[in-house]
Amino acid sequence: MYGLISLISAWAIPVIIVFIPLFAAYKKIPTYESFVEGAKDGFDTAIKIIPHLVGMMVAITVFRASGAMDLLIGVFRPLLDKVGIPGEVLPLAVLRPITGAGSLAFTTDLIREFGPDSMIGRIASTIQGSTDTTLYVLTVYFGAVGIRKAGYALKVGLISDAVGFIAAIAICFLVFS
Amino acid sequence: MVNFIWLFFILAGFVVAAINGNIEAVTQAVFDGAKTGVTVCFGLISILVFWLGIMRIAEDAGLLEKLAKLLRPIVRFLFPSIPDNHPALGYIMSNMSANILGLGNAATPMGIKAMQELQKLNGNKELASPAMCTLLALNTSSITLVPTTLIAIRMSFQSLNPAEIVGTTLVATFISTTAAIVVDRWYRRRYWHSRH
Repeated sequence: MYGLISLISAWAIPVIIVFIPLFAAYKKIPTYESFVEGAKDGFDTAIKIIPHLVGMMVAITVFRASGAMDLLIGVFRPLLDKVGIPGEVLPLAVLRPITGAGSLAFTTDLIREFGPDSMIGRIASTIQGSTDTTLYVLTVYFGAVGIRKAGYALKVGLISDAVGFIAAIAICFLVFS
Repeated sequence: MVNFIWLFFILAGFVVAAINGNIEAVTQAVFDGAKTGVTVCFGLISILVFWLGIMRIAEDAGLLEKLAKLLRPIVRFLFPSIPDNHPALGYIMSNMSANILGLGNAATPMGIKAMQELQKLNGNKELASPAMCTLLALNTSSITLVPTTLIAIRMSFQSLNPAEIVGTTLVATFISTTAAIVVDRWYRRRYWHSRH
């Protein structure tokens, strides 16, 4: 079962990048020209993130370098140790639904601090990759059509974020240790 | 909220550093943080350029529509209140397939169009209808096949196996989306009962 998850990690990208051009060739699409046309957007997308990521990265690096991060995590650590959650990833649970750039910066900070192949680095990557910024999505989608009362939508979003957070930690421990 | 969090990190860092007597660390951290931010974004270019190129091939070949068609039974199950052949269904299917392929830029306009169609079916224009809540739940927990951004960041920090989190992310996103659907159903039933 856990071997299967590693197998998916290894095969997903190669299969996708072979299957898509092959299917397009079958449909008589000029694959390479399509590729170049779409690839142009990649540069802009990456550059547009710079202001967000620099702003958040500075704030989080200051927070960690000053020792404030250790203080904050220290408060929750005794409790978290009992249930087996690494304290370092806890702020991510709070940041993830609120700010996409903030949680991406926090994940980057954890990867830089502990290494991408550490358990914390893997857990942070999994959490960051597996869910979207609930509050942002809610504001954009409901705001666009003038909905003022979100009903139970916020609760559903936050509960599923919490489930995803715990699931990410559990799966990483099962697969990587 | 974001403004508050940003200010909190900087302010708390400043205060703790001042108390600990290592204010120099703050200055150093500003430069380090800014540099990491830019470095990571430059690291993103390689993967994003390639991935968006591949995804354009998928779009041109009509794979998005194919995927959307496959999702039809799931969408019918999740949105029983939408009449057959209503335009909202098509937008919801496009929104979901763009999310699965990690095309956030394509998913959002489709999602908003779907919301506009759902708003036409909505009795109370200020309160989100159950169908709207379900669509939102699907988008906040969005299933993503390949977390490209994370792979790029892991590459920037010399991971030995940047893609090893693809499988774990897929399982985690599947579980959180299932949770979103189940919780949404539960609330919807309660909402329905309170009205009848």
